[in-house]
Parts: sequence; C-alpha cells; structure tokens
Amino acid sequence: MATGILMTFSFEIPLLLLLLVTAVGAVLVQDLISAILLLGSYSFFLALVWAWLGAVDVAFVEAVVGAGLATVLFLLTLFGTAPRVSRLRLPPPPMAALVSLPLLGLLLLYAANDLPQFGDPQSPPSTHISPTYLEQSYQDTHTPNVVTSILMDYRSLDTMIETVVIFTAGIACALLLRRHSS
Amino acid sequence: MIRPHDSLIVQSLGRFLIPVTQIFGLYVLFFGQYGPGGGFVGGVILGTSMIFSVLAFGHDASRSRLAKKVLHGDGVGMLIYAGVGGLCMIGGGEFLNFADFEIPGLETAARRSLGIVLTQIGVAVDVAVTAVSIVFSLSAEEIIEESTNG
Repeated sequence: MATGILMTFSFEIPLLLLLLVTAVGAVLVQDLISAILLLGSYSFFLALVWAWLGAVDVAFVEAVVGAGLATVLFLLTLFGTAPRVSRLRLPPPPMAALVSLPLLGLLLLYAANDLPQFGDPQSPPSTHISPTYLEQSYQDTHTPNVVTSILMDYRSLDTMIETVVIFTAGIACALLLRRHSS
Repeated sequence: MIRPHDSLIVQSLGRFLIPVTQIFGLYVLFFGQYGPGGGFVGGVILGTSMIFSVLAFGHDASRSRLAKKVLHGDGVGMLIYAGVGGLCMIGGGEFLNFADFEIPGLETAARRSLGIVLTQIGVAVDVAVTAVSIVFSLSAEEIIEESTNG
C-alpha cells in the first residue's frame, strides 16, 4: 500500500515535502535573510507544483515574481530598515493558535474530499464556460495560448483593473516612502 | 542615491546579463500569445533587469530626478491599456472590445489579436516601471540623507 502510493505520486510527494520544509523553515528560522531566501525557494518549489499540474503560465509568474522580484524587494527592505540586527527573537506561539490551527487544517482536509477529481471533465469548472473558451478562442482571436486570450480579450476589464492595482501599489510606495527632499 | 556596486565580478556579469535578460523579457512579452508568458511576466523580467542595472551600476537618483520621471512612466502603461480600450469606442464600439477597432483591411480575429498585443505592451510597461519605482522608493531614505548633508 505505502509503496503503491509512493510509486503513484513519486513526483508529488518529494515536492510537497520540500514545500513543507521550506515553508516551516521560513517561519521558524531566526535569521531574517535566511527566512527571505527560504521564502524564495518556497516560491520556486510552488512554481514546480504549478508546472506539474499543467498551469504553465501561473508557474512562470510564480517563479519570476515570487522567487525573483519579491525576494529582491524583501532583501532591499531588510537592508533599508535593519542593516545590523537581522536576527529575530520569536515569541512562543499562543496556546489557542497551537490548538485551533491543526483543527482548521483537519477541517480543510475533510472538506478537500468533496473537491472534484483533478481533470474531471464533469466537474463544474470544466462544464460551465471553459469549453466555449477552449473551442472558440483560436477562431475568435487568432491567439494559440488560451490563457492569454482569456486574460487579455475575454476578461480584458479584469486585467485592466489588475493593472490599476499594480499602478496603485507603485504610487502608494512612493507616497509612503519618498518625502520631499527640498 | 544608490551607489554603484564596487565588485568587478558583479559589474562584468551585469554587462553580460542585462541585455540577455532584456531580450528574454521582450521575447516572453511578445511570445505570450503563442506560449507561456505575456505582459505581466515580460514586464517583471524587464523590470528585474533594470533593477539589476540600478543596483550594479548605481544611480544618482537625487540629482537626475529619473526616479520622479520613472513614476510618471507608471501612468504611461495604464494610459496605453485604457487608451486601447478607448480606441475601440471610436465609431460606437464597446470599451475594450477589440473587435470594434476601426482598422480597414483586418478581419475581426486579427483585430482582437492586435488588441491583445497592444494591451500586453501596456501591462508590461506598467509592471516594469512599477518594479523600478518601488526599488527607488525603498532607497528614498538615502536620498533624504544625501540632500540634507549637502
């Protein structure tokens, strides 16, 4: 039984273990620089998971943003705020969190039983509007990558507001961090 | 002000890596219609290459005021995106419905393909400039020090 599971999920189980180790390590490690680098490697393993599930576009974004840009921004923030003291003294976690969070995890695992099988053609997400997109996308937009045509054409207004969010993030950073030097 | 990095290795690697990264970013941006990638990822890669050049070669942000100009470029990306949406409205079309482009000689699908390319450029400009602008903002403390010290 156990070897059967190991054979079936020979790629998923090491990936999940690496995800767990890097996530727990990023929380528990005391040196902040190590925590940032562990978070970057966590993003990288998460990108591998997305790629393994077939979501290559999401994997690309996760690898570039999570493992690349966010790590650089975190490091710059750390060097800008606490150049000498980068060690963190963690307070012990409260008792309520120690009890309730594993229970919440159990609840989520229990609820995950009701999710449709991965790639199930009868599941609600694959029967609602996805077939229309997959069949019509090339004739409609001459764009072989369906993800791009959904993001930029069918859901163009969504993407525009996402761009507004990024724009707002840049403006907010400038308003908070830059002061008038004159 | 971000000072240039004093290591020869970093600067030599930067001279080699920055153009390669930028070409890869442009490839990802324009290949997003045919494979994984697109405006967001391409913009982030372009922005990362610019951040690398700023960190490796330094930038006298307080004197050249490039940081403020870069922040204006943030709006340019938004303007491209919304402007493409507005172009669709000329002649009574819907906002961001690329099939309503008033371009003679193009069929509907080709118009929508063109609209996707143009909006992706807008997203890429917005994301790249925002990334660089945040890096400039994070080093703003040193700008203040520089200006108060003379």
